[in-house]
Amino acid sequence: MSTSTPAEVDPHLPTIRGNENVFRWDAGWLLVLAASALLAILVLVVGNPFDRIFRFVLDGLRVTVTVTLVTFGLVLVVGIFGALGRLSTAIPLRGIATLYVEVVRGIPLLVQLYFWYYAFPSIVRDLGARWNIESMKNFVANPYVMAIAGLTLCYGAYMTEVYRAGIQSIPKGQMEAARSLGMTYVQAMRYIILPQAIRVILPPVGNEFITLLKDSSLVSAVAVADLTRRGREFQAITPLPLHIYLMIGLMYLIMTLLSARVVAMIEARMSKER
Amino acid sequence: MEPIIHIENVHKYFGKVHALRGVSLDIQKGEVVVIIGPSGSGKSTLLRCINRLEEFDKGRIIVDGIPLDSAENINAVRTEVGMVFQQFNLFPHLSVLENITLAQKIVRKRSESEAVRIAMNLLEKVGIPEKAHAYPAQLSGGQQQRVAIARALAMNPKIMLFDEPTSALDPEMIQEVLDVMLQLAREGMTMVVVSHEMGFSRNAADRVIFMDGGVIVEEGPPSVIFTNPTQERTKLFLSKVM
Ligand SMILES: Nc1ncnc2c1ncn2[C@@H]1O[C@H](COP(=O)(O)OP(=O)(O)OP(=O)(O)O)[C@@H](O)[C@H]1O
Ligand SMILES: [Mg+2]
Repeated sequence: MSTSTPAEVDPHLPTIRGNENVFRWDAGWLLVLAASALLAILVLVVGNPFDRIFRFVLDGLRVTVTVTLVTFGLVLVVGIFGALGRLSTAIPLRGIATLYVEVVRGIPLLVQLYFWYYAFPSIVRDLGARWNIESMKNFVANPYVMAIAGLTLCYGAYMTEVYRAGIQSIPKGQMEAARSLGMTYVQAMRYIILPQAIRVILPPVGNEFITLLKDSSLVSAVAVADLTRRGREFQAITPLPLHIYLMIGLMYLIMTLLSARVVAMIEARMSKER
Repeated sequence: MEPIIHIENVHKYFGKVHALRGVSLDIQKGEVVVIIGPSGSGKSTLLRCINRLEEFDKGRIIVDGIPLDSAENINAVRTEVGMVFQQFNLFPHLSVLENITLAQKIVRKRSESEAVRIAMNLLEKVGIPEKAHAYPAQLSGGQQQRVAIARALAMNPKIMLFDEPTSALDPEMIQEVLDVMLQLAREGMTMVVVSHEMGFSRNAADRVIFMDGGVIVEEGPPSVIFTNPTQERTKLFLSKVM
């Protein structure tokens, strides 16, 4: 189990494991508990306006969680293909994967989300007009689909690099030993390289999840009624910025703290399994 | 007799480095060939070309009648050729037993029980059946290398390649590994061994090959190569190393 929060973990280094961090592990849970208790007190004991805000943003919370989980599931898959592309000996594959990673990493996520929500549908409509295809002419983007697509493409590039670093951290001799026993490349990846790489990449993958959870608030700018957007909507009706953003911030904090604990638990279980 | 390994005028470049400069070598079934030579002379590269861990740029290699050309042939050859590495390269996330059974199951398509039976026999043979459920990190270097040998043997190879199998070991562990290799040689395994262990060569080698600068400079029985080499380069190397 790692002592560090995932944010401090260098994806190139295997985590250093020890048992001096049992206390910190408890402290992590304590923090989750404290934040949750604070939320409960605000909503249940202090009441107005916190209870009103809470009830109002609750469906936004559901959207945030859904968008994050769906995106993350897709990102885990995109990352595998990205990493295999980046590590491929076939130059066209490697070129495409590298181009993807470099382009996506160089553009702010918010700009990418604007592109998918505003620019992409207009491109489809223009092409529809040119080719005279009715369905394309009237193309209307579903904000949820576009937001998830945008987040997935962006985080898929980050995850590609996390996987690539993890796979490359496994000594070359492992692949050679597997191949010399007659395993195919795919078998060697599946039984030898990836199981070892997973231990190495778990902390940075957990970190990506937490960052994605926070960055999902950007979808509020492209018509998705997530937690952040619901907060802003409440603010438009009842201008109580301090109360609203205290509440919203606290809700994000509980989710990220909880995620960090879950990642630490999985890590601990894996290191015990060896 | 048809040689089990036929190497014909093989060249290998690493970028500008010309690592193998036309190596030709025939090895008979059951023969034990030891390759010696200075660092960088191409010993590992030659060994790795035999099971195509390294691609070569020119020439031909035929193993047990199978030319190393297509991908299917390469996999076919790899199941006939076992390889033991200097750094053992055991799979650290698998137990000793799993290290030995995995490829049996997924490459040789053996059942779990058959693979385990074969693995236990081999662990018995290399002298560490009690370590079956240990993980590689819990073994000494000598024990790890013996597991690596058992892992390769489990595939029933016709040929075993060893690349400096004892040079990463503490001195007191070298003999236990050499003993396993000696036994294997006596049983008639075809072996190609890169090693500077004179004792092993004298006891087991049918032929010693001296390589330098990517070519075979001289070859002969160990008694001749070690005591009466004809080439100056061989003499110089032996005086320095052995
Ligand atoms: N993967 C590689 N990339 C570039 N050059 C390489 C590579 N592998 C080997 N070489 C070069 O090829 C030449 C032969 O190397 P090789 O490893 O076969 O020598 P060796 O005889 O096994 O030496 P040693 O006793 O040090 O193991 C050397 O000049 C080496 O630097
Ligand atoms: Mg070598």
